[in-house]
Amino acid sequence: MANDPIHQFHIQKLFPIEVGGMDFSFTNSSLFMVLTVAAASAFLILTTSGRGLVPTRLQSLSEMAYEFVANMLRSSAGSEGMRFFPLVFSLFMFVLVANLFGMFPYFFTITSHIIVTFVLAMLVILTVTIYGLMRHGVKFFGLFVPSGVPGALIPIVAPIEVISFLSRPVSLSVRLFANMLAGHITLKVFAGFVVSLSAMGAVGIFGAILPLGMTVALTALEFLVAFLQAYVFTVLTCMYLNDALHPSH
Amino acid sequence: MASQTHSPTDGTHEAIDIPQAEHGAGFPPFDANTFSSQILWLVITFGVFYWIMKNVVVPRLSGILEDRRDRIAGDLAEANRLKQETDEAIASYEQALADARAKAHGIASETRAKLKSGIESRREKAEADLAVKLSEAEAKITGMKNEALSQVEEIAGETTTELVKVLMGKAPTKTDLGKALKAALN
Repeated sequence: MANDPIHQFHIQKLFPIEVGGMDFSFTNSSLFMVLTVAAASAFLILTTSGRGLVPTRLQSLSEMAYEFVANMLRSSAGSEGMRFFPLVFSLFMFVLVANLFGMFPYFFTITSHIIVTFVLAMLVILTVTIYGLMRHGVKFFGLFVPSGVPGALIPIVAPIEVISFLSRPVSLSVRLFANMLAGHITLKVFAGFVVSLSAMGAVGIFGAILPLGMTVALTALEFLVAFLQAYVFTVLTCMYLNDALHPSH
Repeated sequence: MASQTHSPTDGTHEAIDIPQAEHGAGFPPFDANTFSSQILWLVITFGVFYWIMKNVVVPRLSGILEDRRDRIAGDLAEANRLKQETDEAIASYEQALADARAKAHGIASETRAKLKSGIESRREKAEADLAVKLSEAEAKITGMKNEALSQVEEIAGETTTELVKVLMGKAPTKTDLGKALKAALN
């Protein structure tokens, strides 16, 4: 079982809860959601509790995260976009900490489940759509008609824009989910090679060096991917929010 | 779906021989039975997280950064003010220095002029004194010379009279003597 690369994605019920035939059990996934939220909140609250004018190392880490997201949001959605800052910052920290938590051996990676990333993506898209409609009304649909397009092309371009808008939650969620899933499977497969090869005697142990090196390299890569995917998710969120604020391209 | 999603991992399954049934049906991320629970707990946890971020962390961090920005701006303004003060102090110092120099220059030239005029007057006075003394001395000398000269004439006359008396046996007349003396002396 230890070498099964899919095993790590299994949901186990820790406290079975069922309401009206629906399963709302507290699972290992729920546990790691709670841990992610607790760790991220504790870090951000504890490091900033000093409110130091001259930051300590950890406080400057929290400040860096803040400024990183703030710059991202400001550069793609303008200063108006700062009204969404708590949402964008929460998304970034949640996804980042969840991804990084997944790098611990035996930890569950909540972002490796499509439903989790899809709910987060839908949160973004619904925010964009609802806010865009509330703020701009019908003008929000100008999003689908890029300015500067000749009138004759609008019937062709508009459906493409609609499709691209509708595929956003899919691409946003699948990108994060697939990256985390594939990374963890690859890592597990190579680590499994090390175990199965070294069980084959002296030659096997020698042969296991290659997948072992690969596992180390992949671990480094996965840390990069964990950060990068949180970044990409947040950047795209910022760009979509920009559409809600300024629907005319 | 189960056979599709499991196909890339079959190799490792063969190697370690784990029965598929142990994991239940399908590929876990696509197992719709877990969706309701995951959605519920994600909404709860992310909701709590969002609330904490919005009400605690973000205001605190923005407060910290704003304080720092204000403080830096304040410090820069203070530094500018101090620099301006320093510049003013330097300017006033230089002004004072220039004034003092000008004053010193004035005092020096005044003193020089005063000394010069004092020396001049004393020299003039000394020269005048000397001139007076000189003329006095000259007059004295002239007087003495005249006196001496008149005495010379007298002594010469007497001597001549005596000589003539001895040589000729009789004294010369006064007029002859005078004539002879005049001729000899001049």
